[in-house]
Amino acid sequence: MSRTILEARGIVRDYHMRGGLFTPARTVHAVKGVSFSLEEGKTLAIVGESGSGKSTLARILTMIDAPTAGELTIDGEKIDILANGLTAEQRRKVQIVFQNPYGSLNPRQKIGDVLAEPLVINTDKPAGERRDLAMQMLMKVGLSPEHFNRYPHMFSGGQRQRIAIARALMLNPKLLVLDEPVSALDLSVQAQVLNLLADLQDEFGLTYVFISHDLSVVRYIADEVMVMYLGEAVEYGTREEVFSSPKHDYTKTLFAATPRADVESIRKRLARRAA
Amino acid sequence: MALLEIENLVVEFGTSAGAFRAVDGISLKVDEGEVLAIVGESGSGKSVSMLAVMGLLPWTAKVSADRMTFRGRDLLGLSPSDRRKIVGKDMAMIFQEPMASLNPCFTVGFQIEEVLRVHMGFDRRERRERAIKLLEAVGIPEPEQRLKSFPHQMSGGQAQRVMIAIALACDPKLLIADEPTTALDVTIQKQILDLLMRLQAERGMAMIMITHNMGVVAETADRVIVQYKGHKMEEADVLTLFEAPKNNYTRALLAALPDNAVGDRLPTISGPFEMPASGSAR
Ligand SMILES: Nc1ncnc2c1ncn2[C@@H]1O[C@H](COP(=O)(O)OP(=O)(O)OP(=O)(O)O)[C@@H](O)[C@H]1O
Ligand SMILES: Nc1ncnc2c1ncn2[C@@H]1O[C@H](COP(=O)(O)OP(=O)(O)OP(=O)(O)O)[C@@H](O)[C@H]1O
Ligand SMILES: [Mg+2]
Ligand SMILES: [Mg+2]
Repeated sequence: MSRTILEARGIVRDYHMRGGLFTPARTVHAVKGVSFSLEEGKTLAIVGESGSGKSTLARILTMIDAPTAGELTIDGEKIDILANGLTAEQRRKVQIVFQNPYGSLNPRQKIGDVLAEPLVINTDKPAGERRDLAMQMLMKVGLSPEHFNRYPHMFSGGQRQRIAIARALMLNPKLLVLDEPVSALDLSVQAQVLNLLADLQDEFGLTYVFISHDLSVVRYIADEVMVMYLGEAVEYGTREEVFSSPKHDYTKTLFAATPRADVESIRKRLARRAA
Repeated sequence: MALLEIENLVVEFGTSAGAFRAVDGISLKVDEGEVLAIVGESGSGKSVSMLAVMGLLPWTAKVSADRMTFRGRDLLGLSPSDRRKIVGKDMAMIFQEPMASLNPCFTVGFQIEEVLRVHMGFDRRERRERAIKLLEAVGIPEPEQRLKSFPHQMSGGQAQRVMIAIALACDPKLLIADEPTTALDVTIQKQILDLLMRLQAERGMAMIMITHNMGVVAETADRVIVQYKGHKMEEADVLTLFEAPKNNYTRALLAALPDNAVGDRLPTISGPFEMPASGSAR
């Protein structure tokens, strides 16, 4: 029953920065040999330091960017975008929700068209059906019909994030990579989106790679957890293992730095402040 | 005297379907050295009301208020050039979408130094030194190297920290921080919050902290405003808000924390919620 849908072996990504007149060229080792595998219908959460290579890895998993070294297998097929390119089917199967939703939305495109666009490019569905599907998806992520004809700049940060998620879901992908998908959302919308992701997973057996800084969200959504630090996976295991007995110091620091929202902690802080 | 005082702020946008009221009669006050948190629904007008204070809304927005003063000066009546002398200097903002607010065509160093040139009149060497100090303060390694980076060469969290450095460049009296730590891992979030709270304690900087993260509210705020559909639902000191929230929307908001999940579903918030009678808050 359980089938491996995503396998990464020794993924490396270097960025070469050209030197200038007075600065030497240098190389940033953004990802340094990351390996993992993920079964269909499961969720892998990736947490880690800012700049530790999470978004870089996400771009590689979604075949937007090629690794400098290492092997990527998706749904049983070896991926090598530089040598073989990608088929339409491979493209459809894997979708990404970017960390920065504003930058990834075309400012001149109405939201209805943003959502229908993947269908135009990848399917031959007629315009009426595309419109209906786009409208359904809009409602599914908690927006309303009057938003259909608005432009991206007319939305709040959280609303734009939901649009980005809706667009990624339009092609019924098998694997969805979400880069900080709920950090800009209010708790109510966050709950809606997390519930929606859970429903879609139940319904279609979707697989998620979920990048997040919020450990309470990770604990809620993840089956497996990977912690990245300076380009390496310093911790990788089931949710229970990682949360109950973290091994790496960085993971322990992460847990310790999580802000606490209980009345006792607030009392202590206010007392310190008054002193 | 309050540092910032807003009474009955209304912001409307002209849309194809007629006027849309994004902010509907918000009043608030911030004193020197005080930290006010604003939480609430996505789309409830948190960013728009603060952009109105900064005078940074597009021309399609109609802003009105019975009163909007900063250090006693009327902001609404200010000429654009007088306003520019305050905005970015005494009153600075960390914008919600850092990548969209940085100019992709200029290096990070240029963008920080430009603020220092315009508002502080520093010479080239002073600007460079201060820019390096600022990047160090927000926890960016190899700051000298980083000054030469373009925004697209930075990670999401690095870009956010550059925005924070720009906002802090001129030692503002009031810092408006719109989701300042969303793209940061909790260790760096802690470092940034500690930095902001230190500036606040040492220099009496006041802060308006807009955030969805209740942990951040709990660890920074003196007072909290809860907003819903352009209205203020509740205003309370931080302890009261967590201990004995009065408003139904506030209660629902606290219940939606992932830590409070029952089984494998999260409680969602289903409105509508009754608006408190205007003027009753505070
Ligand atoms: N196009 C690029 N050119 C040069 N360096 C880059 C480029 N893109 C990313 N980097 C560098 O690679 C490293 C990893 O970046 P990445 O965006 O993957 O981090 P991240 O883990 O997603 O961080 P965050 O949590 O802040 O979003 C960073 O040091 C970043 O500055
Ligand atoms: N330029 C604009 N034209 C029309 N409507 C706009 C414009 N800018 C914002 N709005 C609308 O105003 C409302 C308030 O937006 P605002 O950005 O203040 O929300 P917010 O409370 O900051 O939400 P979030 O937590 O998601 O950032 C939203 O419904 C948004 O769609
Ligand atoms: Mg990233
Ligand atoms: Mg906002």
